Amino acid sequence: MKSMSMLSVRNLKKYFPIGRKFSLGRGGSVRAVDGVSLEVQRGQILGLVGESGCGKTTAGRAILRLIEPTEGRVLFDGEDLTAAGGADLKRFRRRMQIVFQDPYSSLDPRMSVFRIIKEPLDNFFSGLNSRRKRDRVAETLGRVGLLPEHMTRFPHEFSGGQRQRIALARALVSEPELIVCDEPVSALDVSIQAQVINLMKKLQRELNLSLIFISHDLAVVEYLCDPVAVMYLGRIAEISPKESLYKRPLHPYTEALLSAVPIPDPVLEKKRKVQLLSGDVPSPLNSPPGCAFHPRCSLKTDACKELRPELEEVLPGHWVACLVRGGRRNGA
Amino acid sequence: MSHLLEVRNLSVSFHLLEGVIQAVAKVDLVLDEGEILGIVGESACGKSVTAKSIMRIIPTPPGRINSGKVLFEGRDLMELPEEAMQEVRGEKISMIFQEPMTSLNPAFTVGDQISEVFRFHRRTPKAEAWEKAVEELRRVEIPDPEKRARSYPHELSGGMRQRAMIAIALACRPRILIADEPTTALDVTIQAQILKLIAQLQGEIGMSVMLITHNLGIVASLARRVAVMYAGRIVEEGPVETIFNAHHHPYTRGLLRSVPRLDLPQGDLQEIRGTVPRLNDLPEGCTFSNRCDFVMDLCRRQEPELRPVGEGHVSRCWLDQRLW
Repeated sequence: MKSMSMLSVRNLKKYFPIGRKFSLGRGGSVRAVDGVSLEVQRGQILGLVGESGCGKTTAGRAILRLIEPTEGRVLFDGEDLTAAGGADLKRFRRRMQIVFQDPYSSLDPRMSVFRIIKEPLDNFFSGLNSRRKRDRVAETLGRVGLLPEHMTRFPHEFSGGQRQRIALARALVSEPELIVCDEPVSALDVSIQAQVINLMKKLQRELNLSLIFISHDLAVVEYLCDPVAVMYLGRIAEISPKESLYKRPLHPYTEALLSAVPIPDPVLEKKRKVQLLSGDVPSPLNSPPGCAFHPRCSLKTDACKELRPELEEVLPGHWVACLVRGGRRNGA
Repeated sequence: MSHLLEVRNLSVSFHLLEGVIQAVAKVDLVLDEGEILGIVGESACGKSVTAKSIMRIIPTPPGRINSGKVLFEGRDLMELPEEAMQEVRGEKISMIFQEPMTSLNPAFTVGDQISEVFRFHRRTPKAEAWEKAVEELRRVEIPDPEKRARSYPHELSGGMRQRAMIAIALACRPRILIADEPTTALDVTIQAQILKLIAQLQGEIGMSVMLITHNLGIVASLARRVAVMYAGRIVEEGPVETIFNAHHHPYTRGLLRSVPRLDLPQGDLQEIRGTVPRLNDLPEGCTFSNRCDFVMDLCRRQEPELRPVGEGHVSRCWLDQRLW
């Protein structure tokens, strides 16, 4: 009953052509997102982790159709978002919102907090009178831990954490069901990070929201998200319920990622074994043939250089795209 | 017992249109031979300004070093003429920065930039300096160093650029390396590579490292001693185990409890309430008093001094003992 998922992404691709226009094929292309499929249920927080350039941000934006996907389908509550246009698309837009990484560039410095948060209401609830809109803005500010009197102020008067609260309020005011959060706490100081993370957790619970939480921070994702998807070079390497992924990572890339995070405890830290990956993430411009991870993988076999692994369900709900780890089930 | 580097009573302010900002106040620090000192704190706590003051690369104006001595090899670096200071930079004390893209010169090849160090400090002839540069690139484990030496910074990945930066900084085998958020711009897998490289070279060269970061995990993995900064001041300093497991200052406690950890069963993430105060608008008394869970009347009236609370452990807090 996959169609019952609130969000169902099927084989989503986004290629950016390089060089001359219309040269897809001839001039080559960057395969930023290369066949991503995932499901988000109502009330779930899906963590999308990966290093820079792995396509997590592009995937988030293509899901919302902030950029047009090259291929693939996005079903929202069973309806095809990728085929929608005009008024239909606008209806979807109200139900799905986004929060960006940098609250210093995502808020218009010339707009007051009131105008920033009211704008979605103007777009989607044009029937409301201005008094009702003002009430809604005030109420939403309260939800994110700000005060009604902040309405008349401008973004530069706020700290980073408060700005991110304003960005959250802007996303929440249209009463969406899904919010894509693209590295929402990465630009914040650690003590402020915790405030925003806790706020998101609280709001998600109170409003039964679904979130796609894009992050490079595995510890934050563990705290907040379930399930978790790990991306590498435009594809999902592993997707699984949180517990299974963190306790028993199957993809060698996930293992290396988890082992690379330093633990803030000197005693444990001395014992930590890092599985050091050699080399850099290859450019998505010419991603290696076969498994994209094979040049850095310690488990690679000859097959990995030629065959591109597909996601396989190895443990209940735990999918991995790896010829070695995925194939083990068949071999055993 | 003399220290390799000793910073005494350093105060630095910036004179800007919006007023005077006291970026660093009364900072005392020592760095011993062969040790790694971690300096942690959030943005604008003064950790970078402290480091840049030691190197004397604070732009003045608007910056102004109001007081302070930096004692190194029997001299006060603050008193040195600029030419003598240039001999120190890169030769005796080196620094690497957060963003290797903006700290490398985009108009010169990596090899040129490393050679420059030898030509300036050692008067090495050009061809020989180039060979040494290639050798340095090999040392920081850049594959194919002959070819990479001819690359421009934009042709390298972030991790490779940071390796090149490290090669420049360590070319003269300095006695001190100041690393200012050396891995913050890098991905975790690359961060692990760079941290390992720094630790390895530190052992080989026997230098001391001042490691500035906001990442508590990095400090735990590399540092032997840790200084925690808040609002321009050192609020606690001690051996790394003490700071993590028997800290005295409520801010240190707050910092540690506000990071989610992979190794622990999940409790609730404890936030520090409020926001970091602006440096031109600090609260009366203790600078942390407006966010502290254990604040007392005294804290709001008078700022505490750093005082010993244990073996090699100092804290800037009025509390007699830990209340947690």
